[in-house]
Amino acid sequence: MEIIVCIRRAPTTDARIKPGPDGKTFDPAGINYDISEYDKFALEAAIEMKEKHGGKATVLSLGPAAVSKELRTAVAMGCDAAALLVSDASHDSWAVANALAAKLKTMPHDLVLFGWNSVDNQSAATGQMVAELLGLPCVSVAVALEIKDGVAHVERLAAGGNRERLAVKLPAVITCQKGLNKPRQPNMKGLMNAKKTVIDESPAGAPANGVAVTRMDPPPPRPAGKIVGKGPDAARALVNLLRNEAKVI
Amino acid sequence: MSNHVLVFVELADGKPSKAGLQALGAGCRLARQLGGETVALLAGADVTAHAAGLGAFGANRVRVAQGEQFKAYSQEGLARLVAAQAAEIGAAAVLAAATPAGKDFMPRAAARAGCGLAADCTALAVNAGKAVATRPVYAGKALVQVQAPGALWATLRPNVFATENAGLTAGVEPVSVNFGVGDLRDVVREIVAGARGKLDVAEAEIIVSGGRGLKDPAGEGKQNWENLEKLAATIGAAVGASRAVVDAGWRPHGDQVGQTGKTVSPKLYIACGISGAIQHLAGMSGSKVIVAVNKDETAPIFKVADYGIVGNVEDVVPALTVAFAEALKG
Ligand SMILES: Cc1cc2nc3c(=O)[nH]c(=O)nc-3n(C[C@H](O)[C@H](O)[C@H](O)COP(=O)(O)OP(=O)(O)OC[C@H]3O[C@@H](n4cnc5c(N)ncnc54)[C@H](O)[C@@H]3O)c2cc1C
Ligand SMILES: Nc1ncnc2c1ncn2[C@@H]1O[C@H](COP(=O)(O)O)[C@@H](O)[C@H]1O
Repeated sequence: MEIIVCIRRAPTTDARIKPGPDGKTFDPAGINYDISEYDKFALEAAIEMKEKHGGKATVLSLGPAAVSKELRTAVAMGCDAAALLVSDASHDSWAVANALAAKLKTMPHDLVLFGWNSVDNQSAATGQMVAELLGLPCVSVAVALEIKDGVAHVERLAAGGNRERLAVKLPAVITCQKGLNKPRQPNMKGLMNAKKTVIDESPAGAPANGVAVTRMDPPPPRPAGKIVGKGPDAARALVNLLRNEAKVI
Repeated sequence: MSNHVLVFVELADGKPSKAGLQALGAGCRLARQLGGETVALLAGADVTAHAAGLGAFGANRVRVAQGEQFKAYSQEGLARLVAAQAAEIGAAAVLAAATPAGKDFMPRAAARAGCGLAADCTALAVNAGKAVATRPVYAGKALVQVQAPGALWATLRPNVFATENAGLTAGVEPVSVNFGVGDLRDVVREIVAGARGKLDVAEAEIIVSGGRGLKDPAGEGKQNWENLEKLAATIGAAVGASRAVVDAGWRPHGDQVGQTGKTVSPKLYIACGISGAIQHLAGMSGSKVIVAVNKDETAPIFKVADYGIVGNVEDVVPALTVAFAEALKG
């Protein structure tokens, strides 16, 4: 089975984001990066599946040359190969999806895995868009996944904590949510492997025209709050303020 | 391209949902600014009865896709329908609520139309005759304004946009659909109820969240979590949680609020026994009013809270329940 995992390099979740001098992108000073949180569940799923069914897991990303670090981490976890579409340009989900889909057309794939949502861009869109561009079925927000006889049996998290069960024929696109598995840490052998791996690098080409950012602002500051009081005796005063001052109840 | 705005109005329990009607309200105000009509789109096995009523909420026209292919949820089915309808009316903007369903099918629909998507938007406006959207990124650590070269496709965060009281009489138009249920490869076969009917934190107007300060519900924290549920029930709130709580297995991960959980904007967010780590704040600081209950007066949560009580969740939470119950009665 040929499995491709698409991962994104994103600022770590403890990063303090400030708009940069261009007023459209964040100031990169002091920002650390990591594999976007949910993509780790996609990586783990791919590696488990390859271990169980045989085949090959390839990790694919679009971004600046520095993303090779995250790709090597994925190889160290257990992926067999890595490909990078190199670009320094900013891409929205649609532009990412177009570039990934063009590359995927040149790679054999039974299963294409994504994170359900990136921790920075938060569009929760790229996987479904790639599926549409490749003409494949897609299940998003998967929390359980099993492959049997060329069919992916998936449970996805829907509204109100409900789980929707469906079965889609491979090839298919699945986007992964926390709960699917426990992502492993790379071991020594993996790290050695990752060092030797040659990353298949190619230029990403000009980004497709999706939605363009025209400005970035910090969120509006919250007005200074107040401590209403200490202990249970403050409860009545608080409820009073919520009703008469904040007018939310 | 026309100046019309197409709004997919999602159903909940067979009726237009609150989030769907909020999207319709936002669409109606946008269409007015663009000088076009608001076209609502309903899809389901049995939805015609709800169509005319959408005029009251701002629709000039209601297109109805009724059929078996819309009975069970399918990403592909709704993507095909919405993309086809957007093309047919030449929509300048295509909107749906950023609910689990909207987040799932709208990217595919936009892609089918050859467009990008502005996801989970919190404001819409018109700039030089074109629709523009504002959306939080990095879980609300920044806001970006985005525009599209052609039609603007956007999903709208629940509880941010007001419904409209338009009192219009909407024309109802059945649409013809060129696919059947057999053409769809991703139809939901079965729904396993997590807690059916449970209010989702992403859509709740009020959220009461618990953190590690409530302690293990299987041990000494049992009463605290029961108290929290009781408070939530008293004020019609959904129960949320910090990641520490979810990782400990104290609450299901669907309840997690924060950068790697749900980003929420309720009108009232009550954080109990939550320290206020940057990832948690990122997910909830867009709330209209924030209340914090924490025994440590230096906890970072108090920096974003509008109102705070320094105290123990053991006795403050039940006292809040009593105080709310009195206020809501009186
Ligand atoms: C990659 C990554 C992603 C993350 N994503 C998220 C996310 O999405 N959401 C999230 O929430 N966190 C997230 N975190 C975790 C985050 O950094 C914090 O660890 C977590 O939010 C802490 O949860 P807490 O506030 O419940 O617990 P703690 O930080 O342990 O705080 C407990 C609080 O309870 C108070 N307390 C204790 N006892 C009582 C009592 N009896 N009465 C009143 N108050 C009491 C304490 O004073 C303290 O402030 C993420 C972390 C990482 C590394
Ligand atoms: N630059 C990228 N390269 C590879 N995969 C990506 C990239 N950006 C996003 N993705 C994938 O798409 C998922 C959803 O991203 P988003 O649509 O930005 O929320 C991510 O979790 C990744 O799996």
